[in-house]
Amino acid sequence: MSIRINVTVNGVAFSHEVEPRLLLVNYLRDVLRLTGTHVGCDTSSCGACTIHVNGKATKSCTMLAVQADGCEITTIEGIAPSDDELHPLQEGFRECHGLQCGFCTPGMIMTAADILQNNPNPSEEEIRVGLEGNFCRCTGYHNIVKSVQYAAHKMKEVTV
Amino acid sequence: MSTTHGLIGKSVKRVEDRRFITGHGKYTDDIILPGQTYASFVRSPYAHAKILSVDTNAAASMPGVVAIFTGADVENVNGVPCGWQVNFKNGHHMKEPKHPLLVADKAKHVGDAIAIVIAESQAEAVDAAEAIVVEYEELPAIVDASKAVEDGAPQVHDSAPNNICFDWALGNPIEEVDAAIAASAHVTTLDFVNQRLVPNAIEPRAYNASYDQYNDKYTLYTSTQNPHLIRLLMCAFVLGIPEHRVRVVGPDVGGGFGSKIFHYTEEALLTWCTHKLRRPVKWTSTRSESFLLDAHGRDHITKADMGFDASGNITALRVKTYANLGAYLSTFASCVPSYLHGTLLQGLYTTPKINIDLVAVFTNTTAVDAYRGAGRPEATYLLERLLDLAAHEMNMDPAELRFKNFIPPFDGVTQPGYQTQVALQYDSGNYHGVLEKGLAMLGYEDFRKAQKEAANNGKLLGVGFSTYIEACGIAPSAVVGSLGARAGLYEVGHVRVQPSGKISVYTGAHSHGQGHETTFAQVVADKLGLPMEDVEIVHGDSEAVAFGMGTYGSRSLAVGGSAIIKSLEKVIEKGKKIAAHKFEANPEDVDFVEGRFVVKGTHHSAPFSDIALRAYVPHHYPAGLEPGLDFSSFYDPANFTYPFGCHIAVVEVDKETGKVQLTRFVAVDDVGNIINPMIVEGQIHGGVVQGVGQALFEGAEYDENGQLTNGSYMDYCMPRADDFPMIETASQVTPCPHNPLGVKGAGEAGCIGSTPAVVNAVIDALWSGGHKVKDIRMPLTSERVWRAMQQ
Repeated sequence: MSIRINVTVNGVAFSHEVEPRLLLVNYLRDVLRLTGTHVGCDTSSCGACTIHVNGKATKSCTMLAVQADGCEITTIEGIAPSDDELHPLQEGFRECHGLQCGFCTPGMIMTAADILQNNPNPSEEEIRVGLEGNFCRCTGYHNIVKSVQYAAHKMKEVTV
Repeated sequence: MSTTHGLIGKSVKRVEDRRFITGHGKYTDDIILPGQTYASFVRSPYAHAKILSVDTNAAASMPGVVAIFTGADVENVNGVPCGWQVNFKNGHHMKEPKHPLLVADKAKHVGDAIAIVIAESQAEAVDAAEAIVVEYEELPAIVDASKAVEDGAPQVHDSAPNNICFDWALGNPIEEVDAAIAASAHVTTLDFVNQRLVPNAIEPRAYNASYDQYNDKYTLYTSTQNPHLIRLLMCAFVLGIPEHRVRVVGPDVGGGFGSKIFHYTEEALLTWCTHKLRRPVKWTSTRSESFLLDAHGRDHITKADMGFDASGNITALRVKTYANLGAYLSTFASCVPSYLHGTLLQGLYTTPKINIDLVAVFTNTTAVDAYRGAGRPEATYLLERLLDLAAHEMNMDPAELRFKNFIPPFDGVTQPGYQTQVALQYDSGNYHGVLEKGLAMLGYEDFRKAQKEAANNGKLLGVGFSTYIEACGIAPSAVVGSLGARAGLYEVGHVRVQPSGKISVYTGAHSHGQGHETTFAQVVADKLGLPMEDVEIVHGDSEAVAFGMGTYGSRSLAVGGSAIIKSLEKVIEKGKKIAAHKFEANPEDVDFVEGRFVVKGTHHSAPFSDIALRAYVPHHYPAGLEPGLDFSSFYDPANFTYPFGCHIAVVEVDKETGKVQLTRFVAVDDVGNIINPMIVEGQIHGGVVQGVGQALFEGAEYDENGQLTNGSYMDYCMPRADDFPMIETASQVTPCPHNPLGVKGAGEAGCIGSTPAVVNAVIDALWSGGHKVKDIRMPLTSERVWRAMQQ
């Protein structure tokens, strides 16, 4: 049995017949071939698959594709204003060496975007607590925190 | 060669970042090939069980199933080999039981593969695997290495009596060490466990194997740290297929930490399957499988005695260790507890007598192999815990005790290297320097005052030290060969100058987070006086890179970078000949200065790009001068490199709950010359957090039946962002005297130094409150610390 879903991903409308058991992350990766969203675990713990569903950071391995019917989804591929520009967080991660192997990075950026959306002036501790659902094995989090601080600063400049 | 461009030593932003931050990295699981099939495994739920029958009938007729193979199908295929031979004390070879691609007779650890199902989709493969019925006869399991050697313990392999893979000793004769210990004014003794860790690279292992029958060509995409090594082991030792018919690609790889060095059974099995099926076969490990299958790290049970004279000079060190190897001998498992552990027991100290006695043991657990630091963290933990504990016991200051025992500074050029009691010769060092710097950064005297005040107010603050050394730049073929390595461990660097003067560099090292595409390009651009954009670094593809040994043991820059330098020297040498031809000068009269070939004493000069073009558009070349500007080099260093440093942890321990809060971490590391400080600091940060993870959070826990009881992220405590303060780093530079860049390696330092610093800090906090605790088993959970305070 397949179920039809209609979703908007990174501003583009899609309509697909999917198996009811298909996870949203697998829909994005295998059906839409948006492979920037990664799978790092099978217990919704690591955060590598974090995307935005209707503007909220969501671990896409915790949702079935059919649950996303009618939703607006943003993935790492769609967070920058255009192909030639970077989101302030993407810029921050590059400027502050907030990534090494890059595998956790998309999820980190999507979670951090949610943190900054809700709290444009987070303290170091608020950033750290906000990221505790995302694992990074490379950076020791030090430069990830700095990257988020960089982006917060940059986004403030833009709004001023 | 002189620095011409000023790129070396600059924190250049990484060139590889753009693809990662935009979601366009290409990891193995991102690849789907035409005609793709998907694999799933049937794995033993028991740690030790006879396999009585495997019924695949129901599964075979399920939707989408392409093929099912069991142990019987691969009985005539070799197992995966071990790459390092260690001999018993009596000279006999270590025991090397077969590690089959699928087991037919007996499962030896939970997760041992019984059958592989290949189907049109991942879901169909999983469904069919669940329909395979295996009948087991469960056998008693053994998980503890020190108990596994006892008579009557369950036997993992019939060919390894008492589960012993090998026994081994190193250092001064044991009688001399015993006598020195007996004659000591004070002896500090520690019985402890260096617990088993799960590597947990965030990208799970993934493989995609395909076979093109019309060109008789295999391609294996693999999440590996060393594609050429995988090709060599798989072709020559497992499948017996010719290497020139096999392309192995390690694309973007999401972290390794050692766990992706090894040749795993799934790599060879998928390659074997694709040849049978003529279709690509892909498998990506679930995290649950990663916990059960990726080679674990550490797992030593040790008793160590350190003797001191009346004024605190170390007189001797005696170590007895049981190293748990797990159920099978992984690729480098045998060398980790022996040659990467025993050889580091000199530490930074002048200890005159050292002996280690080691027994390496099979158990019904996941294989254990190199994990970030590999043997060196175990050696450092042992030494540094002993030092801080001895200071407490002798009522001495732990920093003073170290200063008293440090090997004096030596540069390895005007002063010779330091010959240890345990086989190695250190290249260069200034151990006083890093501790002095660390104490200054900490504000040591102020801390001790604050600690006293806190104790008076019922608060427990502690400081812990760790002054470590490691052997890196893992290579010198002559040395590792004499120690049992079955491969030479050089590196390959190939520099291809394009006709336009742009540079393609092919390195046998592999980047899975280390930033080679940036650091290596900095080195090349600096040496040639070119902008970095003119340099491309290619790695990870056996078809592009002639050969390589890969990335582990903090070796990429020290060995791989040096190989590139060798090729650059050849490029410049030949460029001088071409320039001499152009200007009708003698090649000896041509210099290469800031990106230009200059005829000495004349106004004649040509930019690099001009000579590059002439190399490919040759006219009237003299006899003996070939066209082209393209050189490959193999670099095999004279010695290991020996980075060292000082790590200091400050903790607060909650008296009521035992909860440990890491409040400061100071790391002063000397990794030799530094090409990109930003990247080096990043390596230190990551290593420190991994090492603190061992001290405070992580540890694989097996029950007596051999079940891993914390085999998921719900149960295994990973270090998280909110567990840490900002890490305070600084560097000292003592160049390596024997490689052209003077670099030593930075990948493992953080993970080696940090663990004992944190444990020492907790013990120090407890002593400050009057709890004279010798040891708390890692990880230092609140419960364990609280219980220690109740004694």
